[in-house]
Amino acid sequence: MMRKVQKVGSTAGKRLNWLEPRPAGLYCVPGDFYVDPVRKAERAIITHGHADHARPGNNHVLATHETIAIAEARYGSNAGRSFQRVRYGEITRIGDVTVRLVSAGHVLGSAQVVLEHQGERIVVSGDYKRSRDPTCAPFEVVTCDVFITEATFGLPVFRHPLASAEVGRLLASVATSPERCHLVGVYALGKAQRVIALLREAGYSDTIYLHGALQKLCALYQRLGVDLGDLAPVAGLPKQALAGRIVMCPPNAIADRWSQRMPDPVTAVASGWMRIRARARQRGAELPLIISDHADWDELTATIRDVEAGEIWVTHGREDALVHHARSIGLDARALSLVGRDEDGDAEEEMEEAAS
Amino acid sequence: MQAFAELLDRLSTAPGRNARLDLIAAYLRSAPDPDRGYALASLAGDLKLRAARPAMIRDLVAERTDPELFRLSYDYVGDLAETVSLLWPPDRTANATPRLSEIIEGLTRAKRGQVPELVAGWLDRLDPTGRWALLKLVTGGLRVGISGRLARTALTRLGEVDLAAVEEVWHAVEPPYTELFDWLEGRAERPSLSEAMIFRPLMLAHPLEMDDRSRLDLSDYRAEWKWDGIRVQLALRGGQGRLFSRTGDDISGAFPDLMQALAGDAVLDGELLVMRADGVGSFNDMQQRLNRKTVSAKLQAEHPVGIRLYDILFDADRDCRDLSFVERREVLQDWLVHHASPRLDLSPLVPATDWESLSAARADPPHPAIEGVMLKRADSPYQAGRPRGLWFKWKREPHRVDCVMMYAQRGHGRRSSLYSDFTFGAWRDDELVPVGKAYFGFTDAELKELDRFVRGNTVDRYGPVRAVNQSLVLEIAFDGVNRSRRHKSGVAMRFPRIARIRWDKPAAEADTVEMLERLIN
Repeated sequence: MMRKVQKVGSTAGKRLNWLEPRPAGLYCVPGDFYVDPVRKAERAIITHGHADHARPGNNHVLATHETIAIAEARYGSNAGRSFQRVRYGEITRIGDVTVRLVSAGHVLGSAQVVLEHQGERIVVSGDYKRSRDPTCAPFEVVTCDVFITEATFGLPVFRHPLASAEVGRLLASVATSPERCHLVGVYALGKAQRVIALLREAGYSDTIYLHGALQKLCALYQRLGVDLGDLAPVAGLPKQALAGRIVMCPPNAIADRWSQRMPDPVTAVASGWMRIRARARQRGAELPLIISDHADWDELTATIRDVEAGEIWVTHGREDALVHHARSIGLDARALSLVGRDEDGDAEEEMEEAAS
Repeated sequence: MQAFAELLDRLSTAPGRNARLDLIAAYLRSAPDPDRGYALASLAGDLKLRAARPAMIRDLVAERTDPELFRLSYDYVGDLAETVSLLWPPDRTANATPRLSEIIEGLTRAKRGQVPELVAGWLDRLDPTGRWALLKLVTGGLRVGISGRLARTALTRLGEVDLAAVEEVWHAVEPPYTELFDWLEGRAERPSLSEAMIFRPLMLAHPLEMDDRSRLDLSDYRAEWKWDGIRVQLALRGGQGRLFSRTGDDISGAFPDLMQALAGDAVLDGELLVMRADGVGSFNDMQQRLNRKTVSAKLQAEHPVGIRLYDILFDADRDCRDLSFVERREVLQDWLVHHASPRLDLSPLVPATDWESLSAARADPPHPAIEGVMLKRADSPYQAGRPRGLWFKWKREPHRVDCVMMYAQRGHGRRSSLYSDFTFGAWRDDELVPVGKAYFGFTDAELKELDRFVRGNTVDRYGPVRAVNQSLVLEIAFDGVNRSRRHKSGVAMRFPRIARIRWDKPAAEADTVEMLERLIN
């Protein structure tokens, strides 16, 4: 098959060879470090705190203050031997490589990794989104030679509606069924806090009740300055105290015996996967809320244009469609198959719950 | 359309019967006429609208999207309507969303060639949920787990009427049912039933279970042969007549020989059979008369049909349905004396003093067109639906169940161009659950018909498998039932084969998973 190779900057005519996919993760040769390694590494740069990116047991870890705080909250002394806490934009040299973290808009502290070596620039996006999130800094566009993008929602069927409108649907249901408990399934890191913050923005000021698995990270967000309003644990409350309330829990808890203590619950799940009805049914979501912390198709395609990179590497998710699209607009694109990344979102969630 | 789309969307994830009833009733209360009537008809499966084939929808989306992206998306989502609804490029200039009535009436008026353009125009004006609902509607498969009965149950919440009253009126009204809503909401009298020759819902029987035999006192019951023909209702009035199938479809047109021969003023229940001078024909004989667009004189002469009568619902204007079975039978006998015809006779009673002799009679019936015995309580009124404990059917061996074709897959070798492997389902609550798979039991000619059905009724594709419109009943014969953990239904049939294709039987009347469970030894 003929492939059109766009020549940009110093990458003209050759492929970049100083960052390579290895079984343990993306490895930077001149810096001798990994980005988001899936196996214990001597030196690791961590994009964000989700468990399929931040794993325990690395020796030296470079990440944002917030990401390290999240890793410590989850893994305690296993989070790493030594840490280098950086701010967005701060420049660090590792070997012959310049490293800078810029915000990715995914969850609190999430970062893209900007790597420069011999005049070439690679951006590793980690997970990201372009839509608004009151709990974290917005995505920053950094032009580059190679952009390594996620593709969790890399199909044109995924166009997320406004998160505020989805939260509006939740509140509308609370209004029409005021005697029922609304049980909302959310990932512990990021989604829980974003949905709570959006509820607060929409004027919902009642106490929001939390499953035990969500408490630690909500408390951490609040300590780091994200206002989530009144939160209280579910544990210890009599069943009827939750009638008419909003209760947040990990998605899997909805199908768990734990949820039997909710009075006549309306089950909601907040996830980008709720776009697909079969997924919503599998989840037992009576009220699927399409709220995602990952870029949708339009955000992905806008971003690969915005970064003006000649090469697009697609790491995890539905690579095929995004690679096809990138090539169709004249970009050189290829799929990287990285081990250990979620293929369809469930792995991410399972790891998340294991970490919580 | 948007409100209807929201309803379908919520129904697709609503957890149970009551939640669904609440949603439908809330919609019916708030939506305007005539939209809600059309919505009700489509939920109840009574909207005869088959305007768009999946291929047309594919063509529309192909004009608007990259084929590779479509392929990858469809592969991932697995449902054509949903894929297209999500992929369809939004038209940001569109403002007014179409009303459901605009869509139904537009499709009804449209000529075939105009349909694609109409559908595309509506898709432009709807959001993803609206597009999904529109595509489900125009391709004729809502598949949100609602039976006609559930939809009518929701109707009862609009006024103070019970389900039986709604069922009675149902066949006298047509979409968009304005007079029905007027009656339910107290603005008008009940729609008139007396004038027209309308279909009255049939009384149906439960299969007889093993333990029923120890529970039932045979002296309370009357036994009849269960004839293997087509159950029909005959309405006669003032020299005219109409013949209805068990679902209320008017099938008079296919049987001119019969209809010309009959006169009187009554509503009768019976079995349509080939009736020759030397006796009744087999079901195969009867099948020659089914699904015919034209009925030749030769066919009428070689396969003359008649009705073996079981029951009488109306004798002139007298409603007999509250009489007992024994009393109705006397009325029927008397009616038949005054309206004798070679096309009509009375289904005889079978002596049933004890289970042994009845069982022996059932095992060795005097005629091949008998497929078992019926037991009817002597004091049973004629009650629409399938009331418990009144009527039982006791079919001959082997076990047979009526299932509904759900999926079809191509065969191998000689059959590789034909859809010959069929997955069929039985009802659990309001949904069909796959209970087995069969790939033989039919003739080559029947296989061709099945293949044609699959191709004409495909609603989805999953690789080599096609999901079909869940409308075709397959009578499955099998040797027993085992419990199975591998199947969602929890049951596995031994040696299932397609005993018969029930082109005449509505899917809603297929059997239940529960019935199979009771056969587990």
